[in-house]
Amino acid sequence: MAIEVDARGLSCPLPVAKTKRALEGIEEGVVVTLVDGETAKGNVMRLAEKMGCQVKVEKVGEEYRLTITKGGSK
Amino acid sequence: MLKRLSAPNVLVVITGLVIGVLGALLAKAGNPPNMGICVACFERDIAGGLGLHRAETVQYIRPEIPGFLLGSTIAAFIFGEFKARSSSAPMVRFLIGVFVMIGALVFLGCPVRTVLRLAGGDLNGLTALLGIATGAFIGVLFLRRGFTLGRSYEAHPIVGWVMPGLMAGLLLLAILKPAFVFASEKGPGAMHAAIVVSLGAGLLIGFLAQRSRMCFVGGIRDLFLIRDPHLFNGLVAALVAATATNLVLGQFKLGFEGQPVAHTNHLWNYLGMVLVGLGPTLLGGCPLRQLVLSGEGNADAGMVVLGMVVGAGIAHNFGLASSPKGATPGGMVATIIGLAAMLAIGYFMRE
Repeated sequence: MAIEVDARGLSCPLPVAKTKRALEGIEEGVVVTLVDGETAKGNVMRLAEKMGCQVKVEKVGEEYRLTITKGGSK
Repeated sequence: MLKRLSAPNVLVVITGLVIGVLGALLAKAGNPPNMGICVACFERDIAGGLGLHRAETVQYIRPEIPGFLLGSTIAAFIFGEFKARSSSAPMVRFLIGVFVMIGALVFLGCPVRTVLRLAGGDLNGLTALLGIATGAFIGVLFLRRGFTLGRSYEAHPIVGWVMPGLMAGLLLLAILKPAFVFASEKGPGAMHAAIVVSLGAGLLIGFLAQRSRMCFVGGIRDLFLIRDPHLFNGLVAALVAATATNLVLGQFKLGFEGQPVAHTNHLWNYLGMVLVGLGPTLLGGCPLRQLVLSGEGNADAGMVVLGMVVGAGIAHNFGLASSPKGATPGGMVATIIGLAAMLAIGYFMRE
């Protein structure tokens, strides 16, 4: 069950702040963050990498869907 | 090579270095001392140029401001990031913009000028930095509690083009200098670099700031929020570069007293800048970032810019702005009102 963070249209730093809170709430698992701009995409990617997670980015129209995986098999 | 230089962490530092060097150089080239770049002061000067206030020493249509915004528009266009957006509590953003300008005019500087004042040896910049940090810290508490101004939505392209259009018009007024535009003959408003220098610097900085997402309050905010110095590195770069340039140019004088376009009322320097830390944290960007976002088509940021210009008009019409002699009673009252307003907005606007 992935946690979804809909951060589309939200001002800085909410996409990062909400994603961070979601990731800190789980030991391991998946958080899917939706953003609608390059800036938010870059910021969330950087957060995920800093927190040692895997990130997969898909472009969906003009939006981005970031699938962040925390923990799991090494 | 270009790929390595455009890595985000490198780009932020390059942007900071450029802002630092150009900030110091612009002061040498004619802008007021320790004020090579000041988004708040310059928007205030523009308000004066347009007659929104009649303080005769601070009236001039500063090309840097249209430069920052249009430089961002150019970058956004080249890299496909121009997108008209609107509808995230524009009225509240406008109001916060008014109070951010009032706070900045009590200290006499925006976050960029805070760095440049420090780089010129003006230690009152430390007081300001403390104020910005306090404001950002309070803002982060609200953010963690669920504060949001609500989401923005894609809008009709014309919505995104208003600010770039207005700024292009402003630039035309700056260049053509028609008789109905006000222009100081003495005081800081009369101190300015040549138009082509101001504009060139503005466009370059605007371009880099758009690419790097540079934000002088975000730099401090992110230390509290996510313990990430990514943007803070840009501030440090700007401080180092500006200090070095000032030392080379003989523009460095260490101390609190006798600094140019500055005063030493520590309490109000601090409190004024709490507004400049808190407001931008609630808004999602410092005054420079608001200009850059406006250039990308973000009309919510455009409302902040307009709020700041109107705030400057209000400030100088009602004696709210400080002078080298210190803060004014009106400025003190307005700062407290602004703080109350921002705290209420931060507290009550949750999802």
